[in-house]
Amino acid sequence: MSSNVVVIGGGAAGLAAALKASEEKCDVTLIERDSDVGGVLNQCIHNGFGLDYFKKNLTGPEFKEKLKEKVLSKSNIKIKSGAFVHSVEKDKNIVFIDRNGVNNLKCDSLVITTGAKERPFTSLGISGKRLSGIYSAGLAQKFINMMNLRPGNSALIVGSGDIGLIMARRLTLEGVKVEGVIEIMPYPGGLQRNIKLCLEDFSIPLYLSRAVKYVDGDRRVNKIITTKVDDKFNHIGGDDITFNVDTLVSSVGLVPNVKPFEFLEHSAGFSTTNKNRTSENWIFSAGNSTVVFDLVDYVAQEGEKAGYMAALQAKNDLSPAGKIKLLPGKNIGILYPSYIEKDYESKIYLRARQPMEKGVLLIPELGIEKEFEDIKPSEMIKIKVPAFDKNTDRIEVNLNELK
Amino acid sequence: MSLNEEKITCLNCPAGCRITVISDGEKIISFKGNNCPKGEKFVNDEMINPKRYILTSVYVNNGTMPLVSVKSTDTIPKDKIISLMEEIKKIKINAPVKVGDIIKENIYENINLVATRSIGLKGE
Repeated sequence: MSSNVVVIGGGAAGLAAALKASEEKCDVTLIERDSDVGGVLNQCIHNGFGLDYFKKNLTGPEFKEKLKEKVLSKSNIKIKSGAFVHSVEKDKNIVFIDRNGVNNLKCDSLVITTGAKERPFTSLGISGKRLSGIYSAGLAQKFINMMNLRPGNSALIVGSGDIGLIMARRLTLEGVKVEGVIEIMPYPGGLQRNIKLCLEDFSIPLYLSRAVKYVDGDRRVNKIITTKVDDKFNHIGGDDITFNVDTLVSSVGLVPNVKPFEFLEHSAGFSTTNKNRTSENWIFSAGNSTVVFDLVDYVAQEGEKAGYMAALQAKNDLSPAGKIKLLPGKNIGILYPSYIEKDYESKIYLRARQPMEKGVLLIPELGIEKEFEDIKPSEMIKIKVPAFDKNTDRIEVNLNELK
Repeated sequence: MSLNEEKITCLNCPAGCRITVISDGEKIISFKGNNCPKGEKFVNDEMINPKRYILTSVYVNNGTMPLVSVKSTDTIPKDKIISLMEEIKKIKINAPVKVGDIIKENIYENINLVATRSIGLKGE
């Protein structure tokens, strides 16, 4: 088997990448481990997707259906679903396993769009028994929205990321009593929009600077003891709140999936250039396997670009340019991409380390100085940088608070 | 007459514009901060009669999956949503379903409930 471009992962980024590479006249094989493409879009039945990419307010499944319909209309895209990648070899051979057994697939270039997984509650190091009734928010979402399963009768949500907030509303609408959302940080993790739509609309309390101290119960959760924390997350005594619930839903962040491709340079996610190139010239990556984005629209746009670049690479039309390191400076939490190839434009995404009423983004090497208001770590800042011709080996990005 | 100034987050889309609204307690005097015209309708609805979409799922008989995701074709007054959800939970439809199919007509003042994904027939 062989294909010009192989795409691993059929979520928003992978579908967009496959489509773009096919439009560039490449034969594409899309490998998806689930029985259907779409990734997490299938279970995100709320709306707010697609305003940038499709200029329409869509639900997650509608976003997926639109992309899938286009992909299915292309005769040069093959979808291998129910297929699991075992390994990628440096001679451009991909080994994957499906119902036919072990398969080898040769390619000219590869796009990895494996998305992110949920950080498990057990990774937080919280004491308590090993009880049933503890779910990650995405799993609870899949149970309710796709499998028709009810995770419990009453719940506490741990972590105020967007999926956690959205699950507070979903659980409430499906008759599960949500007693509250607790957040270890002094500010919420999700978008303001979701605080309003999912918590305030249903009078669900949000407790900031609060963590789980102990989870108790007999086989099943029946009690969660929480405590106030200081700015270093140390437990402060004297202000414990006990929630008598049978379910704990955790929404404590996403981690990019880099397995089984650890031979590529990565930190949390793959380190890529503005052309979505990884440390191997013929391998590209986009979407949440590089950095966790706010919106699926950004994921699809990045996927499209990766598909385009992979197609150029397959046709030997992509010159290997020098990479300039993009360095996070003052007050920058997350910065994407990791490198810039200066002969091509860049869209830089970043997250502030803490909320600011007003701040100025400074990229001195490129002469960029731009003010932003109402900065929140949960909302990415984006800035476009054109191709440039300056000789430098590093570009530092800083965010200074204005008072 | 005292004027009231409050900041509200527009809920139309994830941009979440922060709109500053000045009102006299009953009527909106002025507002600013919205980056698109949808913000105006949102402010008017939100101050008098807040409205939301219904986004949920309904049972499917004989489908490749037990549920199909659905949405209301327009926003519905917020205080009607809990009772409408009770009605929606009773709906059972048969596979196959196509994205865009009307699942139930007129759930509220000419607003329909439509499928947001396709579900195939079991075994096909």
